[in-house]
Amino acid sequence: MSEEEHSTNDQWPLWEVFTQKKRGAPHQHAGSVHAPDPEMALQNARDVYARRSEAVNIWVVPSSEITASNPSDKESFFDPADDKIYRHPQFYEVPRAAKKRTSSGS
Amino acid sequence: MKEQDKFQEKIEQDEKIEPKDWMPDRYRNQLIRMMSQHAHSEIVGMLPEGNWITRAPSLRRKMGLLAKVQDEAGHGMYIYSNTETLGISRQEMIDQLLKGEAKYSNIFNYPTLSWADIGMIGWLVDGAAMVNQTMLVKTSYGPYSRAMIRICKEENFHRKQGHEIVATLANGIPEQQEMVQDALNRWWWPTLMMFGPPDSNSPHTNELMQWKVKRKSNDELRQDFIDRVIPEAHQMGLKIPDPDLIFNEETGHWEIGEIDWDEFWQVIKGNGPMNHERLETRRKAHESGRWVREAAEAYAHKQKLQQQKAS
Ligand SMILES: [Fe+2]
Ligand SMILES: [Fe+2]
Repeated sequence: MSEEEHSTNDQWPLWEVFTQKKRGAPHQHAGSVHAPDPEMALQNARDVYARRSEAVNIWVVPSSEITASNPSDKESFFDPADDKIYRHPQFYEVPRAAKKRTSSGS
Repeated sequence: MKEQDKFQEKIEQDEKIEPKDWMPDRYRNQLIRMMSQHAHSEIVGMLPEGNWITRAPSLRRKMGLLAKVQDEAGHGMYIYSNTETLGISRQEMIDQLLKGEAKYSNIFNYPTLSWADIGMIGWLVDGAAMVNQTMLVKTSYGPYSRAMIRICKEENFHRKQGHEIVATLANGIPEQQEMVQDALNRWWWPTLMMFGPPDSNSPHTNELMQWKVKRKSNDELRQDFIDRVIPEAHQMGLKIPDPDLIFNEETGHWEIGEIDWDEFWQVIKGNGPMNHERLETRRKAHESGRWVREAAEAYAHKQKLQQQKAS
């Protein structure tokens, strides 16, 4: 990088931050940070999104590497799931007695 | 269905608008305006308090204040990054602030003259900000709402540490009581102005409420704050500096005297006691941080080269 490029003071790349609340929990999107490299992205993410033990683990991912589905395609993209009620337990009927036995103790 | 109708339908059904959704240009621009002003307020808001960190009266107070000011930096960062989802870069917003083109909350253009002012900022200013931010949790733009949820969790500590400072002084020796009353006298009216001009003269309110960006008007929010904070003041033995203040038994609300809106417009125009000083301090901080940013960039660059060589 030349001297000139240094002084332009351009914005650092954007990173998406995912935090894990406790061990065993899934990582969840917390927000984003700017940083010149992955190491600093992690440190910034810790300072910005985990000042009160909100995380035991953090992922940072360059925002430019994320591919998202398009909200305007929402219907066509997700509708294969909408008409498959047989993927849910409510679709099925079982004899009453059997039902009672499996839910005993509740 | 046309995009405009789909957008309207989402708003009506209280569905959140997300970054990649179609939205009217005006909705986008109003949010950029509002959110960037909010972010700037968090950043500039660090200055009046920051200048008391080294003079805090005890280690306990110093730790609390330091943590609070650090939180405000965090708030600025959350809101800047969530504003970026609307298509403006953080650098652009920061440039607007440093060039003096952007607005931020008027309240930070008042000076912090005594330690009691730090209590007032936490108790009153953060208290007022909380009323506003609690309303904004329900805002229609998803990323703004998410930033507000995170912020509201932290504001409670800000308000409480301020309230504790005020209560301690109000319970202290006569000089301390005088100091805290003087601070209240100076901060009371500017705090009430934080909610913005009255509904009768608020150019943006209608539109923002139609889009559910705001869920309550300036006057409604101001009233919520007044009704909550006046009993607290009385309980601490403080006197609200408003000769016209009365409690309306019928409505159950406190009614305040006339707010000096000329002062409000003067401060917005840049003629407040500290406008110039605050921007100068920000600019200086930005400049003195330049070498740190450059060093971090050089380091990142070197690491990358080394990695390329190794692979
Ligand atoms: Fe804040
Ligand atoms: Fe705060």
